[in-house]
Amino acid sequence: MTQGHAHGDGLDSLYVAGDSPVHRVAPEVKIAATVAYVFAVVATPREALWAFAADAALLACVVGLAGLPAALVARRLRIEIPFLLFAAFMPFTGAGPRVDIFGVSLSEPGLWAAWNIVAKGTLGVAASIVLAATTPVADLLRGLGRLHVPRVVTAIAGFMVRYLGIVAGEARRMHVARQSRGYDPRWLWQARGMAASTGTLFVRSYERGERVYLAMVARGYEGTMPALEGRRASVSQWWLAVLPLTAWTFAVAAWLAR
Amino acid sequence: MTGQAGAPAVAVRGVRFAYPDGRVALDGVDLEVGPGERVAVLGPNGAGKSTLVLHLNGIFEAQRGEVIVGGLPVVKRNLAEVRRRVGIVFQDPDDQLFMPTVHDDVAFGPAQAGLREADLAGRVAGALAAVGMTDRRDAAPHHLSFGQRRRVAIATVLATEPNVLVLDEPTANLDPAARRELTEVLASLDVTLLVVTHDLPYALETCGRAVVLDGGRIVADGSTGEVLADRDLLAAHRLYLPVGFDPARV
Repeated sequence: MTQGHAHGDGLDSLYVAGDSPVHRVAPEVKIAATVAYVFAVVATPREALWAFAADAALLACVVGLAGLPAALVARRLRIEIPFLLFAAFMPFTGAGPRVDIFGVSLSEPGLWAAWNIVAKGTLGVAASIVLAATTPVADLLRGLGRLHVPRVVTAIAGFMVRYLGIVAGEARRMHVARQSRGYDPRWLWQARGMAASTGTLFVRSYERGERVYLAMVARGYEGTMPALEGRRASVSQWWLAVLPLTAWTFAVAAWLAR
Repeated sequence: MTGQAGAPAVAVRGVRFAYPDGRVALDGVDLEVGPGERVAVLGPNGAGKSTLVLHLNGIFEAQRGEVIVGGLPVVKRNLAEVRRRVGIVFQDPDDQLFMPTVHDDVAFGPAQAGLREADLAGRVAGALAAVGMTDRRDAAPHHLSFGQRRRVAIATVLATEPNVLVLDEPTANLDPAARRELTEVLASLDVTLLVVTHDLPYALETCGRAVVLDGGRIVADGSTGEVLADRDLLAAHRLYLPVGFDPARV
């Protein structure tokens, strides 16, 4: 039975099962802490190198506490490479006073701008990686719900998570069917076949959407999604607030020290 | 509610339905199912089976004739109650399971009906136990096997405590073991059952009575054994028993 099977597909593959203190924190606490931490990092003046080092150390503690292998976090950080490439141009193209590094003349504001992107981007992405690796997707949706994100938004996100794997599976089967009939488009002038399959995939997904809606209506759906169950976070779970609070302290201290 | 004691669980009278493109799917269907009865609706693809199913809970409204569920006519003002009484398990469990976890999906129907907290938890636990999926309550649907998803799909409907359970092609895509498990689950349920299928041996296993739907009409109605023994009737409606299968010897 291969139909619709999508083990490890899509977004849930980011979750690393575990029972660490970080895993056990309620999802809404983790989401709030991550967002607040990212804002603190972004608000930190770029010249305050010590503050970024301290923020990184803080996050490293959380990674350690969560029992996540550093290699895993490093591997997943690769997602930001395209953004870093953009940053890499800045020292060459920036204006202002120039400095010579290994005989290459670089723009000083450009270097600071690149550093700003690299440092803040890396810390932000790393924080999201920790969140995604310690929280199952269903819990993330619950957490967003409890943080009063509109139910329409969490429902749409939920459907996306649920059906991403299925649509991807359908696309894969269509690809196999195409190849089996000796058609494996690779070049631009073969785009027609690809476009036709994409159109078919769209129509199929649209029809599935209609069937899902019927199934919802058949079970009494009248326009509002039910709230997802789950326990409210206890006060003790908010210990993770230490992470953003400390990062904010660094950010404020760095501004005051300027 | 206005359910009458002794009223048929489902009564379909002279129902006609044509799709917007003019294709007539149901052309005067008459079918009465008593409380607690188990009826197989047999017919080839395109006979109108699925269209009939969608009339039973008012997703389609009869263009002519009427559908009555436990004494309650299927009309707009009764839809909420009709949909509580008639539970439909659709063909593709991926269409039926749309929530992030098994638990949330099973809770969807009763939560829509207004159940909360302990009542809701009890319903969900009962429905999952009925299909033997209690230990997978926190799993995501796409991490289950096809047979498991089928059983959870049934649980999502059982959780609404329907009086009539309708299954659309329940054995499609099931391997033999999953098919056996499904039979056991169905045998253990205390509901009026309508099984829409072209899997004839399965109809014989699960239902005492069978009707044949073809060309939008009921063309045969009798005990499943009798209907399946009439090979000419079956062949006339594009239904065939598996080679070597003798309904008289089951």
